[in-house]
Amino acid sequence: MGIGFLLQQPFAQHALLAAALVAVSCGLIGPFVVTRGMAFAVHGTAELAFTGAAAGLLIANNPVVGALVGAVVVAGLISVFGGRQRERDSAIGVILAFGMGIGVLLLGFYHGFATAATNILFGNIFGVSGDQLIVLLVIGLIVVAVMGIWYRPLLFASVDPEAAEARGVPVRGLGLLFLIVLALTVTGAAQVVGTLLVLSLAITPAAAAQRLSASPLVVAGLSIAFAVVAADGGLLASFQSNVKASVFITSFSFAIYVLARLAGPLLRDRRRSRHQGHPAGLEVTQRRPTAELPGTPVAAASAEDGGGVG
Amino acid sequence: MNGSGGSAIALRGATVRFGDHVIWEKLDLDVAPGRCLAILGPNGAGKSTLLKVLLGLLPLSAGTITIDGRPPGHGSAEAGYVAQQRVFDPDLPIRGRDLVQFGVDGQRLGLPRTRAREVDPVIQAVGAQSYADVPVGLLSGGQQQRLRIAQALAGGPRLLLCDEPLLSLDPAAQEEIVAVIDRHRREHGTTVVYVTHEITPIADVVDQVLYVAAARWAAGSPDTVLTTQSLSALYGTHIDVIRVHDHIVIVGGDGAGTCTHPDHEAAGHDHDLNDGHPGHSPEGHQR
Repeated sequence: MGIGFLLQQPFAQHALLAAALVAVSCGLIGPFVVTRGMAFAVHGTAELAFTGAAAGLLIANNPVVGALVGAVVVAGLISVFGGRQRERDSAIGVILAFGMGIGVLLLGFYHGFATAATNILFGNIFGVSGDQLIVLLVIGLIVVAVMGIWYRPLLFASVDPEAAEARGVPVRGLGLLFLIVLALTVTGAAQVVGTLLVLSLAITPAAAAQRLSASPLVVAGLSIAFAVVAADGGLLASFQSNVKASVFITSFSFAIYVLARLAGPLLRDRRRSRHQGHPAGLEVTQRRPTAELPGTPVAAASAEDGGGVG
Repeated sequence: MNGSGGSAIALRGATVRFGDHVIWEKLDLDVAPGRCLAILGPNGAGKSTLLKVLLGLLPLSAGTITIDGRPPGHGSAEAGYVAQQRVFDPDLPIRGRDLVQFGVDGQRLGLPRTRAREVDPVIQAVGAQSYADVPVGLLSGGQQQRLRIAQALAGGPRLLLCDEPLLSLDPAAQEEIVAVIDRHRREHGTTVVYVTHEITPIADVVDQVLYVAAARWAAGSPDTVLTTQSLSALYGTHIDVIRVHDHIVIVGGDGAGTCTHPDHEAAGHDHDLNDGHPGHSPEGHQR
């Protein structure tokens, strides 16, 4: 089968479109995932989408809706249990381990095609039905719309939560909104690359983009572009072979990251040399914690006092 | 004094309670435009709570507050806010000018953008133009604080609220930051409020002091509030206020010996006051 012939087939076109939308969603949320330190939350949500998909498969023969429900429930649990990152990560670990166990149990009850399980874990965009593809398209559009509307306050809240709160940005509400968007995105990405490999679209492109620029808009643009290239490039490559698309997608996305890591230092040096006289990081000494300055006049001369140190 | 005629900040009988717990009550305070107020007191005394009230993020349980004669708007642009310096991740994809731009429109919906004409004047005002395009995570603590001040000033606020802006900065950087803020205050008539537990770095620029402790408060000029007599009355136990050259040291409780080596007592008198007043620790109500 030639690629030209394939590209005229509706299923191939739909798959490419769905993969592109999933990639745009991933590219959009990726920089926030990195900035907010939520890589593990993505992984946890994806693993629990697996449990949801297994349940959906068993109950209604519909893994996509099951994954969606699973991911949204996890997003809610994460926001209930986890405030700070460290606290959040251990809460996610707890939920994830238990949830995966349930997923394995559910799959044990499933007596359909054995490939269904590997499709959930490693993705198979061609395995989803036309109806499910429409669900994916709608999810992708919702994510893009929500991110387009709340991008700036969400960025403010992610970078500088205290100042954002002082300006009236609803920091907590945006945190929950982001978790839900993340759950939707993860559900979509799980259909393309599988629940185990979601990070290759949700983290890797954003991490690569951050090596190349410090401008939020440029990073968002690059992150989206990298994700789309990896996702659709991977799909096209898999059309030509018998290898699963997720293999190509993860490889492409990793290759982009490696190239960005190599190119990043060169770009950064150029940026720095443009600001000569104030090389960034030169005043590193100022970062010394004050604990290293015992007995200096300022440390001692505090009008500090004390009460209620809990 | 009934009206708040001409005051930048006017509090009348202001009280904040969480349940039965009184943080501070019946607070009366007037700050004239363009003056500098320092809010002092132990951890948990309600300094940051007061700041949230000034920002319009927390309503009073009783009493009234006006900023420029009006109730504070929710996170309004009339009040700029400078938080304590925190270390940014070196990989954070945010440049100095992006951070400053948030002060103009960070709360608005839509995609981010940077407009030089909106942020360049304030970036210049704080002397940060040479590193405004460098990722903030690569800057020193002092440089980051200058950008935070630029962010707070970007909205053209009448009131600048600084919450422990000098914490974790070394003495030279502290001095610079205080100078930047005070220059802006003098040039633009901006009212400045510092929340701090260290009066010394800002002693030269402060016009008024509000000291909150043990659900009580004392307000006035630094010379009248920061005295052994006034603070002893406030805490209800003997407090020594010692001035050594430029430094003001507050030593409390039973620690008669603690003032002989003030250089080493910064951390020590925490416990001294606590020992004297274990019942007055309103902990757990901030943030």
